[in-house]
Amino acid sequence: MALAALIGFNVLNSIAALVLLSIGLGVIFGMMKIINLAHGEFLMLGAYATVVTTNAGINLFVAMLVVAPVFVGAVGLVVERGIIRFLYGRMIDTMLATWGLSLFLVGIITTIFGTTVKGVAAPFGGFSIGPYQTSAYSLFMIAMALAVLAGIWAMLRLSRFGLIVRATMQNPDMAAALGVSPPRIYMATFVLGAALTGLAGGVLVPVSGVAPTMGAAYIARAFITVIGGGAAVITGSGLASALFGIIDQVVTFRTTPVFGQVALLISALVMIRILPQGITGRFFRRSL
Amino acid sequence: MKPRSAWPSLCAVLAAMLLVMFGLPLVTGLFGLVQATVFIAMAVLALSQGFIWGFGGIMSFGQSAFFGLGGYTYAVAVMNMGDSTAPFFLAILLPAAFAALLGYFMFYGRISDAYVGVITLTVTVILFNVVNSTAGDVYHIGNAPLGGFNGMPSVPPLNMPGDPSTPLEPQQIYYVCMALLILVYALLRLILASKFGRVVVAIRENETRAMLLGYDPRLYKLLVFAIGGGIAGLAGCLFTNWGGFISPTVFGLSQSAQIIIFVLVGGLGTLIGPILGAVAIEYLISVIGSQQTLNADLILGVVLVAFVLLVPQGVVPVLRNGVQRLLALRRPAALRAPKVAQP
Amino acid sequence: MTWDRRQILKSGVAAAATALATPFIGRAEAAEPIKVGSLLDLSGPIGTSGQPMFDAIQLAVDEVNAAGGLLGRPIQLVNYNTQSTIQLYSQYAQQLALKDRVAVVHGGITSASREAIRPVFDRYRILYFYNVLYEGGVCDRDIFCTGTTPAQTVNKLVPYALKTWGKKVYILAADYNYGQITAKWMTKYTRDGGGTVQSVDFFPLDVTSFTATISKIQEAKPDVLLSALVGSNHTAFYRQWAAAGMKGKIPIASTTFGLVNELATINPSESDGIVTSYGYYQELKTPKSVAFVDAIHKKFGADVPYISELAAATYEGFYLWTAGVKKANNIDRMAVIKALETGLSFEGPSGKVTLDHATHHVIRNAYLAKAENTTWDVIASYPDQPPSDTAAVCNLITAPNTDKQFVIDIKA
Repeated sequence: MALAALIGFNVLNSIAALVLLSIGLGVIFGMMKIINLAHGEFLMLGAYATVVTTNAGINLFVAMLVVAPVFVGAVGLVVERGIIRFLYGRMIDTMLATWGLSLFLVGIITTIFGTTVKGVAAPFGGFSIGPYQTSAYSLFMIAMALAVLAGIWAMLRLSRFGLIVRATMQNPDMAAALGVSPPRIYMATFVLGAALTGLAGGVLVPVSGVAPTMGAAYIARAFITVIGGGAAVITGSGLASALFGIIDQVVTFRTTPVFGQVALLISALVMIRILPQGITGRFFRRSL
Repeated sequence: MKPRSAWPSLCAVLAAMLLVMFGLPLVTGLFGLVQATVFIAMAVLALSQGFIWGFGGIMSFGQSAFFGLGGYTYAVAVMNMGDSTAPFFLAILLPAAFAALLGYFMFYGRISDAYVGVITLTVTVILFNVVNSTAGDVYHIGNAPLGGFNGMPSVPPLNMPGDPSTPLEPQQIYYVCMALLILVYALLRLILASKFGRVVVAIRENETRAMLLGYDPRLYKLLVFAIGGGIAGLAGCLFTNWGGFISPTVFGLSQSAQIIIFVLVGGLGTLIGPILGAVAIEYLISVIGSQQTLNADLILGVVLVAFVLLVPQGVVPVLRNGVQRLLALRRPAALRAPKVAQP
Repeated sequence: MTWDRRQILKSGVAAAATALATPFIGRAEAAEPIKVGSLLDLSGPIGTSGQPMFDAIQLAVDEVNAAGGLLGRPIQLVNYNTQSTIQLYSQYAQQLALKDRVAVVHGGITSASREAIRPVFDRYRILYFYNVLYEGGVCDRDIFCTGTTPAQTVNKLVPYALKTWGKKVYILAADYNYGQITAKWMTKYTRDGGGTVQSVDFFPLDVTSFTATISKIQEAKPDVLLSALVGSNHTAFYRQWAAAGMKGKIPIASTTFGLVNELATINPSESDGIVTSYGYYQELKTPKSVAFVDAIHKKFGADVPYISELAAATYEGFYLWTAGVKKANNIDRMAVIKALETGLSFEGPSGKVTLDHATHHVIRNAYLAKAENTTWDVIASYPDQPPSDTAAVCNLITAPNTDKQFVIDIKA
């Protein structure tokens, strides 16, 4: 019984991690259909921002929840103005440019900080589910994932900005005719997506090995989750994260992590074959 | 206006390639030829991507899967059979067959273009994970241990057809690779000039219209994808011959991305572009590693971003436009198109 | 090492000073240099391992040159950064062999990189030194391996764990050759010591989430965890383990922990108590070790990453080669090989390192250490450990033409 509860908790943790990892990418892809290959490096920048400021004395949570998103959001702004802005509509060129950007970011962080950096330990310690120990930090991650989803939903649903964003997503020309400037909205969305990714990077710091090349381990999973989720940002990423999170955890627990990864990839393949537009291409089509 | 014939440019390119093939050994030593061999193998790989993407419109992110399959097929087959003639052809046919299978899965399922990229990417990642786990004696195909992450070292090179006791020297491997590059290029140009090629391009331009004209786009795309897979497999075989070695990194995400970069830098929609792009980027990477001052990733990243912003169509189209404009300037003024007055 | 710019300035000043001082160095500067090749990953994921090795070989080359060179000739280090890419290993290996025509190559980090370049150096007859700890089994007269192998370290670690903590063992390993073979050795030594292996779990190199595994481990209730996890992604295990409050509940012994500067990157609350076994620790207090560490810090700064066995073995490997050259009085490959095969040794930072003719590996010291407050507390020393795992499958005295890596069949 306690074991089942433990596994259930692990599944929630895995889903939360996937949500955090992919929401930023989902916002950018869902809005602008841009494939940002530097997504992993934005995560890495968020992690480094958190680590460097915490080691300099700032409170971990301020670093994670404020400094990381603001810093990576600013980087996103520079990137959007400097590179992405010229490439709208050119999906392949954006892929190439963001791949170059990812190499550049890895290179510059390695040049400044070297190949390793002192990390930060998880703040909360453990707690027990029956006779089993698990991490209280996982509770924090689950809470953060829910908060992020709720926040995006609130923004999209309840704020004027959210309304404008949704309108531009559905029909940019009409929105432009009504006085909205789509390029400004794209810029804002890219910055938002970058900030969310920076936040995710910061939240992951206490449970990861932080290195300039850490982004590469997350990018395939984030992409598969976003593409599998489909056009709707929240529901899509949420459902896809749930599906893949469950498969990965359950298979890993029953067999080995190798099979867990392969199972995740194969299930992604099958799902894309069955639902070519992602989950929300068929179900929950009109959700956010 | 009469459409320009393709023959002059084809002959010019073939002549240039033959010149390089026989001229390079005269100006450079053994190292230069060995270095050129891997550039040529990558050029063949880039050609496969350039063909299926630039002309077939298929955005495959996983040519490295067929590249790796070709390399591994050659290695396993030659270690088991001794003579390299059959392994050479297997290295082309097996990846082509696998590509046909995958193509059937994708195109007959009407997957949209973006998702073709995702599926091919996923396939190459799966292959990487699987082959990576094949360390240990139990994982072997006949005499050939797969070696897992450590790869398969000391792979016997190609030998004179039918005679396993005469393995080819590095210089001879260079000639073989260069000849194959010329052959593949000529073959692709011929395919594109044929009816099949024209239908393929028509499908790329507008799939629905081609379908309404009576052509089955799924079959054509499948064939294009299979041909591309076979050429990538050939590139894998050449690569394994160059290094005498193959390891799972050929299935990696980096390798896939690099192939796309070759094509983009060279020029999408051309065949000579990917060749030049591959050579240029590979050379750049070699030079970057020879210096220790700046981080390698930093330099490559800056170069790529600059390229996309400044020369987005790729080198060859820019050069071609430049040449055409130069030629147009030479014509007498009266024959240049008159400017239309703007209201 | 942080700012590359600082490094450029330092190297530039050093180069200028050397150039000015050249007339005073003596006959070494007039003779033709001996080229030594170096093939290391200095960027990318493996760059963390490559950088300290590069520092060590630069130090060794400078020391030899300052003492008058080798056979009266200065040594010129030709280094290529393979950028964690196997293809570049093959490419630069050919370049070192055919274009630069070096006398010897010190390089390769992962076993994959070594296996890619070993045939190249065999074919073009270039002497090759592989200076990294690995899974054992290479049997090739053209190569010398100076790093530790499982018989020298794992064979000390596992008995210690069984004796100190108990007989029930749970093994975690990276899912590639090194991890799989090390896991087999761990299994063998556990069973030899009367223990039982509850489970062996393999993890692909890009796995970052270990929560399912941590739950599995708790379900199994082992006495000790043996870890052969590799790389900075796997460092997440130790963090997640501590985050789950498991730190201290089940002790951990590892064959790889500490090699990518983990003690500096994770907290003592996450690393204290982990036991490892290597051929060298920066904390060793022998005169040679202290001098070595001081020299590295003086030349490259005090904030270089942890100086591990990788750096020490590179340094020792280079000096072993120079010893071979001096004995043969020649840089010719076969002459140096024969000289080295007489069992030459070098007193290095880790102690005495002796070449073994039959295996072309080294007999060297092994140490056991426990992590304590971001440093290693060396708790045991084992002098002159022979490479008995490779010796069981390889005999270059009776079969000098052998040329492969044996996968040692471990009968547990």
